[in-house]
Parts: sequence; C-alpha cells; structure tokens
Amino acid sequence: MTAAILVSIFMTLAAAATPILLAALGELVTEKAGVLNLGVEGMMLCGAVAGFAVAYSTGSVALGLIAATLAGVAAAMIFALLTLGLGSNQVATGLALTIFGIGASSLIGAGFVGRTITRLGPLFPADYAAHPWLRLVFGHDAIVYLSLALVLAVGLFLRRTRAGLILRAVGENADSAHAIGYRVLAIRTAATAFGGALAGLGGAYFSLALTPMWADRLTAGRGWIALALVVFAAWKPGRLLIGAYLFGAVATFELQAKAAGWSFVAPEVLAMTPYLATIVVLTMMSLGRRTGGRDAPACLGKPFPAQ
Amino acid sequence: MLEWRRRREPSKAMLYLSPLIAIGLTMLTGMLVFGAIGYDGLRAVTAIFITPLIEPQRWADLGVKAAPLIMIALGLAIGFRANVWNIGAEGQYVMGAIAGTGVALLTHDMTGWWILPAMALAGILGGAAYAAVPALLKVRLQVSEILTSLMLTYVAVQFLYYLVRGPWKDPDGFNFPQTKMFSGSQTLPAVAEGSLVHVGVPLAILLALIAWFVLSKTVAGYAVRVVGRAPAAARHGGFDANRVTWAVLLTGGGLAGLAGLLEAAGPFGQLTPQFPVGYGFTAIIVAFLGRLSPVGIVFGALVLAVTYVGGEIAQSTVRLPSAATGMFQALLLFFLLATDVLVRWRLAWKARPAKVAP
Amino acid sequence: MTQPPDQTAPSRLALAHVSKSFPGVKANQDISLSVRPGEIHALLGENGAGKSTLVKIIYGVQRADEGQISFDGRPVEIASPKAARKLGIGMVFQHFSLFDGMTVLENIALGLDETVPPEELKARIKAILDSYSLPLDPDREVHTLSVGERQRIEIVRCLLQKPKLLIMDEPTSVLTPQEVERLFETLRQIAAEGCSILYISHKLHEIKALCEAATILRAGRVVAACDPRIETTQRMAELMIGAELKYLQRPAASKQGAARLSVERLDMPGEPPFGTSLKGISFSAQAGEILGIAGVAGNGQAELLTALSGEHLAGRADAIKLDGRPIGRSDAGARRAAGLACVPEERNGHAAVPEFTLAENVVLTARHRLPLAPSGLIRQGPVERYAGDVIARFDVRTTGSSALAGSLSGGNLQKFIMGREIGQRPDVLVVAQPTWGVDAGAAAAIRQALVDLAAQGSAIVVISQDLDELLELSDRLCVINEGRLSQARPVAGLKLEEIGLLMGGVHGESHVAEPAHA
Repeated sequence: MTAAILVSIFMTLAAAATPILLAALGELVTEKAGVLNLGVEGMMLCGAVAGFAVAYSTGSVALGLIAATLAGVAAAMIFALLTLGLGSNQVATGLALTIFGIGASSLIGAGFVGRTITRLGPLFPADYAAHPWLRLVFGHDAIVYLSLALVLAVGLFLRRTRAGLILRAVGENADSAHAIGYRVLAIRTAATAFGGALAGLGGAYFSLALTPMWADRLTAGRGWIALALVVFAAWKPGRLLIGAYLFGAVATFELQAKAAGWSFVAPEVLAMTPYLATIVVLTMMSLGRRTGGRDAPACLGKPFPAQ
Repeated sequence: MLEWRRRREPSKAMLYLSPLIAIGLTMLTGMLVFGAIGYDGLRAVTAIFITPLIEPQRWADLGVKAAPLIMIALGLAIGFRANVWNIGAEGQYVMGAIAGTGVALLTHDMTGWWILPAMALAGILGGAAYAAVPALLKVRLQVSEILTSLMLTYVAVQFLYYLVRGPWKDPDGFNFPQTKMFSGSQTLPAVAEGSLVHVGVPLAILLALIAWFVLSKTVAGYAVRVVGRAPAAARHGGFDANRVTWAVLLTGGGLAGLAGLLEAAGPFGQLTPQFPVGYGFTAIIVAFLGRLSPVGIVFGALVLAVTYVGGEIAQSTVRLPSAATGMFQALLLFFLLATDVLVRWRLAWKARPAKVAP
Repeated sequence: MTQPPDQTAPSRLALAHVSKSFPGVKANQDISLSVRPGEIHALLGENGAGKSTLVKIIYGVQRADEGQISFDGRPVEIASPKAARKLGIGMVFQHFSLFDGMTVLENIALGLDETVPPEELKARIKAILDSYSLPLDPDREVHTLSVGERQRIEIVRCLLQKPKLLIMDEPTSVLTPQEVERLFETLRQIAAEGCSILYISHKLHEIKALCEAATILRAGRVVAACDPRIETTQRMAELMIGAELKYLQRPAASKQGAARLSVERLDMPGEPPFGTSLKGISFSAQAGEILGIAGVAGNGQAELLTALSGEHLAGRADAIKLDGRPIGRSDAGARRAAGLACVPEERNGHAAVPEFTLAENVVLTARHRLPLAPSGLIRQGPVERYAGDVIARFDVRTTGSSALAGSLSGGNLQKFIMGREIGQRPDVLVVAQPTWGVDAGAAAAIRQALVDLAAQGSAIVVISQDLDELLELSDRLCVINEGRLSQARPVAGLKLEEIGLLMGGVHGESHVAEPAHA
C-alpha cells in the first residue's frame, strides 16, 4: 500500500523532471559549443504547440513528438541565423526567441484551447508493470527512457568521441578552433539545432504527456529553469540528471501538497516554490564555486568572429 | 553577386534607418503570414499599424499605453547599456503596484494631496527593492541576473494572486478576486478635464529627457556606458562595475515600480489578477527598438502602443486573435536584431579582382 | 645542417607574383620567392610589412587575389588549412591555437585531421618528443604550461603530420634566450631531416644565427633577397625599415633623484582561473629614471600593471607609495589624481574603448587631473580641446576627435593613448608594451616621448617582453618571473645571459634578498 503510493509519487516526479531534463540537456550541448541560447522557453512552447496541433489533427502522438522536435529545430534556426549568421547579440536574441515562442504558440494554440487528446501512454504493456516495484522500472512512457538514454549518450559523446572533443574546443576557444581549420559557425549551428530539438521535445512532453490538453503558456517558465539547471550542473550531463530529478521532487511536493489540501499554505505560495527553489539553488551553487575552478565554457555567449 | 562588406565605422544613417526597415519588414511579413492562414492580410496590417495613427480618438489610448512602456524601457535600456540584463521588469512592475496599493489601502479613508505622491514613492521603492535581490546576488555571488530577475517575476505574480484572493480582497466585491477601487485622491488626475490622458504620460516624457541628459552629459551616464562596453577599460578608468550594477538595477526596478503604480492608480484603479499584462516584457522590445537611447525609446514605445491599440482594432474588424499582437511584436524584435547587421556591414556588388596591367 | 640542400630538386615552395588586398590596404603586392627542400628561409619585415598575410595565404587561411603558388614543382590551390596540411605544410602561429582548459593530448588530437585512438596518439607523441628530446607531459592542462611548453605542443602537432614545410610565425617573441637556443636546435634538426622551414621574424640576430636565405618585405613588397649569413645586420635593418636607422636622443647623463614610486612586498592573488599571483614585489623608480621590467609573457606583468594602476587594490596601503604617500588602498581614480598614470598592454577594451570617440576616450582617464568634468557634468569644450591637443602633439593620424578609437590603426591609437597620459604630466608613468604592434616610425616617437618625460623629472616604469627595447630605453632593469621580481640592475654592463637566466626562473641573488617567509 505505502509502496504503491511511493511508487506513484516517484512516477509523478520522473514525469515532472523529464521535460526539464530534455530541454536542459539540449541547452548543455548548445552551451558547450559556446552558444548561449536564452530562448529555451520559446522553443519549448513552439514544440508544445506544434506537437499538440499535429497530435490532435492526426490522432498520432508519435507524429506529434516528431513535429515538436522539428518545430524546436526551426525555432533554434531563427536564433542561429540571427546570432551566428548576422552576429546579433545572443542575450537579446534569446529573449526575442522566447517572446516569439509565447506569441506564436498562443496564436497557433488559440483554436485548441481546452481541447484534449489521448496522452502518451507507458512504453511497456500493462502486465509488465502490474507489481508496484516493477512499475517503477517498466511503467514510464517512451520519452522518460529516451531522456535517460540521451543523458548517457551526450555524456559519452562529449567525453569519448572526437566530434565531442571538437564541439568542446569550439566552445573553449573559437579563434583557436577556427585557426586550426574547424568550421566554428557550422558546428555551433548544429549544436544550436540539437538544443532546439530537445527543447521542442521537452515542450511537447507538457502538451502530450503531462497535461494532454492545450493551455496558453503551458510550460510556465520551465525553459528558464532548464537554463538554471545547466548552471547548477556545472555543464556536466550526470549532474543535470540529479538536478532535474531534484526539481521534479520540488514540483511533486507542490502537487502533493495541493492535492492533500494543506490549508496552512496558500496555493499561491506553493506555486512560487519551483522559482524560489531555483534562485536558492543558483545562490548555493555560487557559494560553492567560490573556492575556485571554472565550469562554464570559456567562449560562452561571445560572438564569433569577434566584433 | 552581392556580398557583405564590413564598414570602417558603424553607419549613423543605418542606426536610425534600421528600425524603420524592421517595421517595414514586419508589416510585410505579417501581411503575408496572416494572408496565408486565411485572414485579410492587408486589412489586418493596416488595422494594427495605421488605423491607430490616423484616428484621433485613439491617440489618448496610445499615450496611456506608451507611458508605462517608456518608463520601464528607460530603466531596462540603462541596464542593457551597462550589460546588466534585468528581464524581470514585469515582476518589479507588479511589486511597485503592490507596494503603492498597500499605501492606498492604508489611506483609503483619508484625503489629501500627499496620498498620491506617497503611493508613487512606495511604488518606486517596491520596484527598486525587488530589483535589489538580483543586484545583491549578482554583485556578491555572480549569480546571473537574467535568471534571478525572471524567476522573481513568477513569484511576484503569484504574490499578487495571493493578495487579491486573500488578505486584500474587497469585502464588498461579490467575492471577486480584486482590491477596493481607489478613492479620488488615490487616482491619477487627467492632464485636462475629461481627457483619458493621465499625468503619467507627460511624466514619462519628462523622465526620458532626464535619462537622456544623465546618460549623455554626466560622468554617471558615462560610467554606465563604459562599464557595459568595455569592463576592463572601465576599471582602468576608475569606475566601479558593482556600483554601476547596483545603480542600474535599482533605477530600472524603481522605474518599473513607478510604472506599475501609475497603471494601478490610472487605468486600473485597483489591483486584479489581470493586472500583469506583460508590459515588462514588451518594454524589452521597446528598449531595442529605441536603440537603447531615451529619445528613441519614446518613439519605440509609441510604435508598440500602436500595435496594442491596433491589435484590439484588428480583433473586431478582421477577427484577428488577440495573440496576433504578440506575434507582431516578436517579429518586430527579430527584424530589428537582423537589420542591426546593416549598421556594421553593408551590401555591395561583388567586384571582380581588378587585373593590374603588367 | 648535416647535408647541403639539394640544388637540383624543384623548389619545395615557390610563390610567383602573389598579391592580396583588403579594403584600403594592399597587404601583398607581386610577391615572388622560393624555398628549397631542407632550407631554413627567413621572411623578414617590420610589423605591417605583410608577412602575416603572406603566410596565411600559404597556409590556406586566406586566398590570394592574384598569383601562383607551387609546391614541389606542381601548381597548387590551397583552399583551407586542411588542404595545406594535406600537402605537407604545417604552421606554428605567433598566437597559439590552443585550448587552455584542455589537456596537451586533447590539444594535439584537435590539431590532427584524422581520428587516432588516444593510446596510439600518446605513443606517437612520445616517439616525437624523444627523437627531438623535447620534454612535455601529454596529460597536463595547457593553462599550467609555460609559453615555451605551449609552443612545443604546436610543434608536435605539426611534426605528427610529417610536414615538408614548416612555417614558424615570430616564434621567439615570447621565449627566454635559453628557450630560443633550444628551439633553434630543434628547428635545425627538423631541417636536417629534409623539411623546409619558413621562419618569420623581425629579429636580425636570430635570422643570422639560423637561416640560410632571407626574403625581406617592406610595405607589402619584396625589397630584397639575400643570404643572411653574409649580409650585414645593419644593411638588412635598413632594407627592412627603408630608411637609415635613427637612434634615441637621450640627455647626456640621466640625473637621478628621489624615489617617486616605491613598492614594498606587494602580494596579490591571481584572478581565477588562470591568473598569476604576485609574490613579494619590491622595487622603486626614481625621478628622471626609466626602469625596465623584462619577462616572458604571462609571468605576472598584467597583474603587476593592474596592481599599480589601482584596478586591483593591494592588501596594505603602504605596499605602494607615491612620493612617500601610501596609495595601496586608493582606487584607480585617486591614484591618477595623485599623479600615477598607467598604460596597459591591451589597447582595445582596456586602455581605450573602441566604440567610443577619441574625445570620449579622453574622459576615461584624464578627468581626474584635468577639469573635464567637475561636479559630475562632462564639459564638452575642454574635452574636445584636450583630445585635439593630443592628436596634434603626437601626430595621431585620424579624422579628428570625433573619430571612433576603433577606427584608428594600432600605432595611431597607441600614440593617442600615450599622448593622453603624457599630456597630463604624470609624476609616475607605468606603461606595458609601449610599442607592441606599432610601426617603426611611431615606435621611435613613443620611445622619444618616454625619454623626454623622464627628463622632466617623472619616473617611468616600462614593462615589456622586448628585450632590445628595454636595453635601449632603461636605466635599470629587473625581471619578473612567476610573479616574483628580481632586483633591479643598472643596464650598463648587464650581460644578456644574466637576464636570460632570470627570465627562465633562475633567480640567483634575488631569493636571498627576499624575507625568509616568502
């Protein structure tokens, strides 16, 4: 009985963590190449609305997920065109992308407000997950498994492969990489596209798995929290996993407290917790980092070629 | 073939022309996009960008919508100039309104000329205090102000919801989540009898002039510009980047807070959950459209005010969804950032390498 | 030089009538030269003569507008550095293409065009290091290495590709004399194995010691080709500069007065991640004196300058004294007002703001001593007048005080910055790399201005990596190494070897002079 509740809580936790994990993992790769794309929230919203629109019209959640990924890439390519192609300021352009994502998703989604779809179900047949503990292993949907596999894949890619080495080199010193003969802008564009793809997918997780219906600004600032998570993780995929699941725990606490009808805490105060927790975590990270060492890629956010 | 050539000095002409080009491109794209998805594109763009300018009865509304945008964008632009990216102006705007409303609720049974100034002061302090949090975290712990100021916006909005649904709910308000209406001495006077234009509008323009003077004529303004452009040079010249960070964040927060209070004591006359309308985010576009210069911001705010008023017109005439306004605003910012390239680069016909006669 | 270069084989590299223009500049005009297999060939010229552009064309970083390149007798198109490497051309840039936060092994792997498993790469690196007896640890992170070691990474990168032509761009500008000697041995061994070397420099004694042929460039053209082993240094210098050499005019005997700037046991932690800490720095500079501070780049020069300028404050006020007054805890503005002016090495973004006009750049550092902004309001008239004065007095070539600093050439901007400080008649002037990247005419003018300022009774401290410049300018010289400063010695009678040993970290007596706790 208690086991079933605990398992159920963990399932909620994993579901809350997954979209942020995806978006943050994409942003981590983008930032490792030296690009600071603050438009994660916007890309997530583009993915969320595209995924919902396609899933609603075709009845296929899988097609929705693919559409969301492509929408995320498309949004990221606007960013790449402006910052990498035309040399615009990365911070300003990232903000613009978020404003655009809010506007575009709200415009496209206007016709879908309140509509529902069948949500993304567990990957494995129900009898695998009949026992509560087995449910912990076999009860998740495909995206949860995919996100965990991607953490491993990105970690191996960055540490063990030549392509990963080159990607890190571009973020570490773009001028040196260029002098050796690497195509800095092409590599950065690819990294930005990957970030967009995962942000789009993460956004779609909201509209296709978490709340299988459309509402305006569905992602509620989770894209910004994903950005904070990359800082928290010190640009390391493994720590990102821990951070995302910690965040999932905070979000689950908020949900459980609301469901339990705690009257001594106003629901608005509970709704503040993820954001306040993010600020607290960022602050604690800074306190911890003061002992020395450098985590961020050295060229993060700097234009190439230099202005 | 055309090719890009780097200018030896940034083009002054393009500095002023590129926002106009961006507006033109936005109108063109908007026409094509909305045409493609089944609206009357030309009428939509006309309604949004032209109608508010040619119908005099809309002008008051333009001024009222531009005023908070000017104030917030001034504060943001000063920060952006110093490379301080406060993007949580919306939160500071809400907090300013809450602080000012606090004073209004305390003085609800009183009258006197001092009540509005006291509310304004509370608004400024509320916004500034809220911006002090990211300032402190940035200066002391190098925490990114981008993330903290934005996170605090979500917190401020929830705080507002809490107040209007809980302790500040009007007991005679039929259980609607809203505060009492402000009294006569708590409401902004109009500039002229019967006009919709309240005193916040001339105040916004006055603030823009002051900001222009400080930025371009004083050592304090110089400090802001040099810290943003070249931090090492600023240190070399004896400027303290931390002090500048504090100053611009407190100024930005104060201006946003004042804008929030003026909005509460003007068009709204109370606090409701609908109070945060996103001016704090739109002001980011205004700041860029105005090229981060105070005078430019007045015009930038006017353009964005036109899109707000025009968006409402287009809703009734062409049945354009209200979200279209946000799309137009975002497109405008994209094109602005894109056309910025013309300031430093120019397009030229590719010259074939001239053969030198032997 | 075990075997003479093969005279019958086709040239390893031949350039015919190569030209390259940038907007407003003809960087290379009608350049022809040829390098034989196994030859060490010097490309000699001043800053701005077009050497860098030419080697970038050879290495495929830039494309020539006109002309023909042949390699081993065959005409070639070199479209990219990758194509150059495929042909067998390797290059060691003056500014290394390294990644500070990564290991030596990763850095070398990044320089290769094919994927090599780490273990195999390690073995191949070890083989090269052994055969040239170069010490280097593949697992260290680059930021922990000396400049000489970093250069070795670049050389190993090239040697792994078994090059036929190795281009070395100003390889000795940041090395100690001992490291230079060691590099030359390596280069001779590489050449003896048949690899040609194109050696870019403006240092004549090095070229005489190393090279068998030389092509001299001036203002983008070839002005002469010669055998540097036979040609006199004087003649090559005149060909390179294009005028008879001018010597510095100094007062007959420099009269030395009281100490104006004195620094005692100044400590300062380096800035993370890769800064150098200053440890127990002590020196003094007297009125009328030019004190030189030599050292290899990255040994604390930048930190020393910002510690003196007040950009970073000292722990104790009396660690730095100006005319006897403690100023160690005063900020940069207060120090300027008191009479201590500094010119950092980096012009763009440190000494000046490129996006600001010259007039605005005057406000940056001249507002403390001149009445440019009393009571916080900038007075446009006096600011523009002072900018105009500096432009006129120091012959700054520009359109006027409203030109952007970033639009000036390096030399002209440096003249403006030096003029801005000297025009305020500082009591003490600390200047880093006063003539870095500046053409000969401007360099001479800047050095003369320093000598003149000293003659008026100011104390001057010159921090430079250019030993020749320091020997010419300074009255006394000390060396900074790993954040420690040696004792100052009179330049007259100082041996180059002694300075070299100090630069390489053999401190000799300076250790004895330090307090026991250090």
